[in-house]
Amino acid sequence: MFSSHRHDDLKEMLDSNKDSLKLEAMKRIVAMIARGKNASDLFPAVVKNVACKNIEVKKLVYVYLVRYAEEQQDLALLSISTFQRGLKDPNQLIRASALRVLSSIRVTIIVPIMMLAIKEAASDMSPYVRKTAAHAIPKLYSLDPEQKDQLIEVIEKLLADKTTLVAGSVVMAFEEVCPERIDLIHKNYRKLCNLLIDVEEWGQVVIINMLTRYARTQFLNPNINESLLEEGGSGDKTFYGSDEDEDEDEEEKEKKAEVAAMAKRKPYVMDPDHRLLLRNTKPLLQSRNAAVVMAVAQLYFHLAPKAEVGVIAKALVRLLRSHSEVQYVVLQNVATMSIKRRGMFEPYLKSFYIRSTDPTQIKVLKLEVLTNLANETNISTILREFQTYIKSMDKDFVAATIQAIGRCATNISEVRDTCLNGLVQLLSNRDELVVAESVVVIKKLLQMQPEKHSDIIKHMAKLTDNIQVPMARASILWLIGEYCEHVPKIAPDVLRKMAKSFTNEEDIVKLQIINLAAKLYLTNSKQTKLLTQYVLNLAKYDQNYDIRDRARFIRQLIVPTEKSGALSKYAKKLFLALKPAPVLESPFKDRDHFQLGSLSHLLNAKAGGYQELPDWPEAAPDPSVRNVEVKESVPEWTKCSSREKRKEKKVEKPFYTDSEGESGPTESADSESDSATGSESSSGSEESGSGSESEESKEASESEEEEEEEEEEEKKKKKKDLKKPVQESESEQSSEEEERKHQRKSKPRKSESESESDEDEESESESSQSESEDSESEAEVKKKKKPAESKPPPKPVKKESKKEKKEMSLLDLDDFEPAPSPQVTPVNTFLSNSLVTDLEGLSLSDSVLSPATIAPSSTLKSYELLHRITGEGLSVEYCFSRQPFSPDANMVAVQMQFTNNASSDTKNLHIEDVKLQSGMRVKEFPEIELLPAGETATAVMGIDFCDSTQAANFQLCTHTRKFFVSIQPPVGELMRPVFLTENEFKKEQGQLMGMNEITEKLTLDVKCRNEHTIVQRVTTAANLSRVPCGSDKECRFAGRTVTSGSLVLVTVATKEEGAAQLTVNCEKMVIGTMLVKDILQALTQ
Amino acid sequence: MNHSQGFLKDIQISCLVVGWLLSNTASIILSFRVWGGQSMTDSAPSWFFYSAEMIHSLFLINHLGDIFLEKHWKSVISRSVCDYFFEAREKAVDPENVPPVLQTPHHYLISIYRGKLFFLSVIQTEVPPLFVIEFLHRVADTFQDYFGECSESVISDNLVIVYELLEEMLDNGFPLATESNVLKEMIRPPNILRSVVNTLTGGSNVGETLPQGQLSNIPWRRAGVKYANNEAYFDVTEEIDAIVDKSGTTVSAEIQGVIEACVKLSGMPDLTMSFMNPRLLDDVSFHPCVRFRRWESERVLSFIPPDGNFTLMTYHISSQNLVAIPVYVKQSINFFEAGSCGRLDITIGPKQTMGKTVEDLKVTIHMPKAVLNANLTATQGNYTYDCTTKMLVWDIGKLNPQKLPNLRGSLSMQTGVPNPEENPSLNIDLKIQQLAISGLKVSRLDMYGEKYKPFKGVKYVTKAGKFQVRT
Repeated sequence: MFSSHRHDDLKEMLDSNKDSLKLEAMKRIVAMIARGKNASDLFPAVVKNVACKNIEVKKLVYVYLVRYAEEQQDLALLSISTFQRGLKDPNQLIRASALRVLSSIRVTIIVPIMMLAIKEAASDMSPYVRKTAAHAIPKLYSLDPEQKDQLIEVIEKLLADKTTLVAGSVVMAFEEVCPERIDLIHKNYRKLCNLLIDVEEWGQVVIINMLTRYARTQFLNPNINESLLEEGGSGDKTFYGSDEDEDEDEEEKEKKAEVAAMAKRKPYVMDPDHRLLLRNTKPLLQSRNAAVVMAVAQLYFHLAPKAEVGVIAKALVRLLRSHSEVQYVVLQNVATMSIKRRGMFEPYLKSFYIRSTDPTQIKVLKLEVLTNLANETNISTILREFQTYIKSMDKDFVAATIQAIGRCATNISEVRDTCLNGLVQLLSNRDELVVAESVVVIKKLLQMQPEKHSDIIKHMAKLTDNIQVPMARASILWLIGEYCEHVPKIAPDVLRKMAKSFTNEEDIVKLQIINLAAKLYLTNSKQTKLLTQYVLNLAKYDQNYDIRDRARFIRQLIVPTEKSGALSKYAKKLFLALKPAPVLESPFKDRDHFQLGSLSHLLNAKAGGYQELPDWPEAAPDPSVRNVEVKESVPEWTKCSSREKRKEKKVEKPFYTDSEGESGPTESADSESDSATGSESSSGSEESGSGSESEESKEASESEEEEEEEEEEEKKKKKKDLKKPVQESESEQSSEEEERKHQRKSKPRKSESESESDEDEESESESSQSESEDSESEAEVKKKKKPAESKPPPKPVKKESKKEKKEMSLLDLDDFEPAPSPQVTPVNTFLSNSLVTDLEGLSLSDSVLSPATIAPSSTLKSYELLHRITGEGLSVEYCFSRQPFSPDANMVAVQMQFTNNASSDTKNLHIEDVKLQSGMRVKEFPEIELLPAGETATAVMGIDFCDSTQAANFQLCTHTRKFFVSIQPPVGELMRPVFLTENEFKKEQGQLMGMNEITEKLTLDVKCRNEHTIVQRVTTAANLSRVPCGSDKECRFAGRTVTSGSLVLVTVATKEEGAAQLTVNCEKMVIGTMLVKDILQALTQ
Repeated sequence: MNHSQGFLKDIQISCLVVGWLLSNTASIILSFRVWGGQSMTDSAPSWFFYSAEMIHSLFLINHLGDIFLEKHWKSVISRSVCDYFFEAREKAVDPENVPPVLQTPHHYLISIYRGKLFFLSVIQTEVPPLFVIEFLHRVADTFQDYFGECSESVISDNLVIVYELLEEMLDNGFPLATESNVLKEMIRPPNILRSVVNTLTGGSNVGETLPQGQLSNIPWRRAGVKYANNEAYFDVTEEIDAIVDKSGTTVSAEIQGVIEACVKLSGMPDLTMSFMNPRLLDDVSFHPCVRFRRWESERVLSFIPPDGNFTLMTYHISSQNLVAIPVYVKQSINFFEAGSCGRLDITIGPKQTMGKTVEDLKVTIHMPKAVLNANLTATQGNYTYDCTTKMLVWDIGKLNPQKLPNLRGSLSMQTGVPNPEENPSLNIDLKIQQLAISGLKVSRLDMYGEKYKPFKGVKYVTKAGKFQVRT
């Protein structure tokens, strides 16, 4: 009761007419929010003031709204119209602020409004509004990832913006929405490089990080020659991302060697664009912003030739004067860099000296850097420094220093003895921690150089007289025992002394005395037998049961008796086994496989959303993609000097210039030639090609493919990204048109592309290359034309299903699957999905249902909805056409075929009285007005099954009768295929482990032992698409459920003798379970 | 540490077992790495799981561990996420030893410690840590700029302004307006007069007109600045960071220089500052207003200044160069086992002062725990010894070259406790007016673009930065 009234005063103030009262109330409310108190019950009172004239009241209302809109969605909607009005305001700042608040309200219902607002703002006159639009993109994206494609269009548009104000924000949006679409950067690359210095600081950081990744995919490793040398010399890993499997590593090494050999032949020349990036980022090392400096530093570290990386050292050292948090991060990065490039920081050695006032975490990091920088020439100064540090009051730091000394000693053999001596002295330190740490380090050092043991061990043996710290005594005893054979005379004497003082020793020392005794007994029983027995007897009656236990145990083990078991034979082996020398390595070793300066690097663990830094390509992708054309009016394909460029255009153009599929002809010409030019475009051909054509061209280019395989993988990836837009525009084309155009276009293309390559200002080698490619493609195009011309219009479906098989086998060879994109415009045929893409170009019409295209298909199962007899002459069959249902993407398309077997006409066929489970929806088919006797008609209806297999019940009505019918979907029809790459598949699968994974073992049906049958049967059972896969033992499929879009991943791993394992990963466990059943049945029947 | 204990407890059998285990763990580690490597590629792409933003939430926490302000730029994150931070805070003992970056199961916490406050930001996805740290410091700088200090009481008093500032500085977790000039146009800093007027008239701190700065090409300067007296002052401040060892030799010495500006000029002045000896400056960082290319080619600072106070440039003269050390210290600090007492004797004298007077001389010594009290006499200045913090502070003042200041006497020690091994180091503070110890000199300052004649002034001062004498 109280709570509902507690803000009454505030409500009253908000309702008053005075702005001052409102302001006071809002201030108090915002203060509540700031303190983390709940003010949500004031929502109705506050939201009323959204249109208040007073700017400050308005501002505070915005603050409130953004905070609580999510919780009170219905009420929040009341305010939307205010913002919509604001979006149209003549003042740019009001427009921007309206968009800012609107996009910050996290209410899903307004997604379409937000989308519209962003699109509009992206082409606003004011760069400030465009900047706000860029900021709004990630907001909308996180609210509704489904909008990705549309948002990418906006990003693409904004990327082309030439103002510095927008650049940083749009790249940030790019990084958060579609960092994988590196192809969007090509055309903007040079512009971004040139604008960089004038962009605001935060944008600079984002752009530099993005360009680092970009450069890694587009340019060659500038250190390729050196890295080869190093690899031969020290076996050091010089490639950054080297954490693959070992065997892969070797393969890679071979590859690298080849590449390096090639590089030897051709001296490395830096791409001018690569140089541009390095040149334009360098001044930013002078930025006042530590994040910018770090960003440039990591860029240089990852991209610059070795000789040039040095420039960053000075800037990084300068940052060490900054706040301790900045120091902390910088030192971590310096530590990683100093392992790989020690020389870079050596001149700044003294800047890493430690002050007693530094926080411990900074001290330890500086120590790390100093240790990494130590070499023969500076080790004496460093050790002198270390000596001061050892005396520090900060004991954690002292311990770290001792470790550091140990590492210096292992790395630099010249000082090993000095270090050892120094450490031995530390054994007499009063601080246990120091002693313990020293002992650990000494022990490690001794194990490294067994032959030099005796002196030090002797020295340490002498120390037993003086050192009282139990830990140290125990360690010394362990060492003497371990290396008793090196000090044969001293060891028994030490044991003698220890036996004498045994009763007065601490427990850990006692244990080590027993230990020493046992070892000596085994190596030198003559001298020590009695002593050992004496010690064991003393221990037998010790107060501590651990010691008693140990004594009993050891006696049994080493003293041969009749009862002693088999173990005693191996006593010597057990006790005096060679212990491996511990390795003293920097914790920062190999950390540079993370992009420096990143959170992941700092934590040495991959953080969410981390974009891996790609390896250098082995051959540089075509640099001309970054050329920016001035004359946009010239048909783009005539200007292409190479396929890369053409490919690039495909993405850019459809969004930019053509609105209504106007560029269709050029598109298809482009992709045609692509498929002809070779393997790398196999994916392109797939989408564009009309069935058999692409097959042929692929066969022809197979030999080429093998040669270029390596190169291709990269490009393919890119290709895949490019696909969607291409498809969109192409699917609109009908086959006939396409064929005609393709015939028309292929001719002029030949000549023009040749002449073009002469005109082009690219280097000679490039143009000649493209020329040869073009001539190649000419031949190919000629070959292709014939089948294209002679090709009959849509084949009977039976043949097509056969073709599907063939298609599959080709796919296997090429490791590629056509993308069954959900955006394909509905082609209402009974074709399985993979075929649809092939035949897209062939179908005669894409809009109206024509009965002619519907033929009974063997691939799609028909179900009976209404039997001829119960239907009194009307029979209805339905099948799941597996086409996207265009009016509503969340619905499953159900294709119905009505046959009138009666002698009279049936009229007014329609649906009535739909009964559904909650959440389910039905989109009825348009009424069929007349179905003459003996005729057949088809209609498509959409049902949103809500990802369940619940039946949809309804009445099918004619002008005379009503029939109760129901449609129940098999689980496999509740999904639509999605295209994933193998990597994506693995990624997604990794996310769907545990409860979301169902695995079943099965024995494959005898007829179903080859891959194609498996693929066929699985795709028949469920509407999934094949995922390309490297291994022939596995078939993978992917799809998403139609309603919720949950991923469905299916893996069939075959083993010998028809044994197989089926794995289904799906967030929706019920769907997963049912799908497993269905697929199992399909594969085993 | 654990390791050492571990091995000492081992007997040989377990050594062997350990050896076996080791070889096994090696393979385990290996396979783990392989797995780890895969999991890297296996994990969800950023666009699938993670909501996209840089800074998700900010919590301000005082030295007692109370959260007194929270701001979320996206959905609300429960303040219980700070528990991970409190845990780390407790472990670290000293507030400055709290790791700036912490990992929790679902978030990353990046924090800075400024003015006894923690600024704790919550991050969900990969973001350069320095980006966040730098931003948080910028937030603290802005508070400082607005309220004169950055403390809990001031922030609590101005909660609404703080909130508005945060709202403007970050949009959806990405920095929006961080330039003080721009912010001040949108949100007016409080001053006493205005707050009185505001309470009377119901006026506000929000600017009536909307800012123009974001829209011009020079985002750091607002348009239409007008002053009756046009003036531009520059303070060249140099700090000496040095480590001097027992024998008086310099272990390392660097100079950190900064040129702070206070520019109150009407219109759009375009300034050029040139130096007598610009070669000294080989490691510099600039305010974004400085035209870098001009500096590269001509070694002059050319810029259109922001309005008001700003840092024009900072520079660093590294230990590779010879750095003058203005004072020398003769010291002896001894602890005696027998009488459980110690002796201290410190004398300070001028070394390389370029003929200037050393002022504000102060010596701070952090004594070992065992030192209970100090019984000293100073020939000049006063000394204090704080028994709880163990800080001995000797405030000398002006250094008189004729009569060197000396501090000597005995230290009483705790009995029965072994002598401290380390002698405490001395931290020295000093100030020299009218001198940049590096020798840097501004030769001229020119103004273009406006017609009036401004007052110009350059001031030099040298201070001790982290100046430490080891004993």
